[in-house]
Amino acid sequence: MEQKPGIVLTEEEAKRRRSRSVALGLVLGGLVLLFFIVTVAKLGGNVLNRPM
Amino acid sequence: MSAVSDSIVQDSIGQSQSGLSNGTAGDFFALLKPRVMSLVVFTALVGMMLAPHVNPVIGFAALLAIAVGAGASGCLNMWYDADIDALMRRTVKRPIPAGKVTRDEALGFGLTLSIGSVVTLGLITNWVAAGLLAFTIFFYVVIYSMWLKRATAQNIVIGGAAGAFPPMIGYAAVTGTVSIETVVLFAIIFLWTPPHFWALALVKSDDYRRAGIPMLPVVAGDDHTRLQILIYTLIVVPVAMLPYAMGFAGLPYAVTASVTGVMMLVLAWRIFTRREGEAARKAAFGMFGFSILYLFLLYAVLLAEFMVGHDRVAALGAFAARFLTGAAS
Repeated sequence: MEQKPGIVLTEEEAKRRRSRSVALGLVLGGLVLLFFIVTVAKLGGNVLNRPM
Repeated sequence: MSAVSDSIVQDSIGQSQSGLSNGTAGDFFALLKPRVMSLVVFTALVGMMLAPHVNPVIGFAALLAIAVGAGASGCLNMWYDADIDALMRRTVKRPIPAGKVTRDEALGFGLTLSIGSVVTLGLITNWVAAGLLAFTIFFYVVIYSMWLKRATAQNIVIGGAAGAFPPMIGYAAVTGTVSIETVVLFAIIFLWTPPHFWALALVKSDDYRRAGIPMLPVVAGDDHTRLQILIYTLIVVPVAMLPYAMGFAGLPYAVTASVTGVMMLVLAWRIFTRREGEAARKAAFGMFGFSILYLFLLYAVLLAEFMVGHDRVAALGAFAARFLTGAAS
């Protein structure tokens, strides 16, 4: 039985989806970086202050 | 209409035939009302700098969370007001009425950012600031957009509180509390909002009438609006002097607030007296434009004073005055 091609995006739709995907990726990457930097800033010098 | 925009509005709900979203990243960003967001960041920064000992990293992250929270409330406002936005020339090109983003997408986007920004601010700073941000979003979306905007001519008077909270949130993000100084910063924006928006409403009253929004010029008439603009300007100008009177702003701020305050009064008087034709229109636009500059200058001088100290700003001002008078002579 021949399979239907499913949803085929137009060139414009694919372009718009790519724009959303890139933005979402950048935002998520930015959040990871932000949480890392904030964590380091909140810990400050205490990051080294632990029992050996 | 181009083929692209034809395909965008094809089913009038902003979704393509494939069922995928039609919005670009830019369309979603436009939902956040970037211009309002930048004003919120600016005023929140002033509130933050009022506090002693701001950790720059935490401060930056807090500002980001406040900005996203403000954007989220703008997004939820566009979700709720999509029907009336489609009727007004000023708002018809917004992403939802333009068919680029669906209402459901805007709702999901706005709620996600609301919760995300409040939780992030709470975890990074404290829950007083996060609670204030949550209340601001609630106030703007539920109290203003859903209730007051379509119900009373006092909509922007009470709703103005939402725009006035950011300095308080900024200060709370650093200190975990609010102070009388932040109440004054709140009051300045709160009292500035009515004359600012009513000046615009005088010019755009046809838009509001078509959409059935009971803005003051639509309900009470242009002349009564002019009187109200004058009254609120008479109140906000002395209130804007309070930072100096209370000692948390210096002479540069006092001079700026005095000079720009007098100009605000002149423009409000012009609106009150010029009631016909092009002169009335120009007076309203003049007030609207200058009121933005007025608030910006007040907060910019405050920010400069908090960051580099009253004395240095005063010395810089004196130098600039000498330079200008020297150049003029």
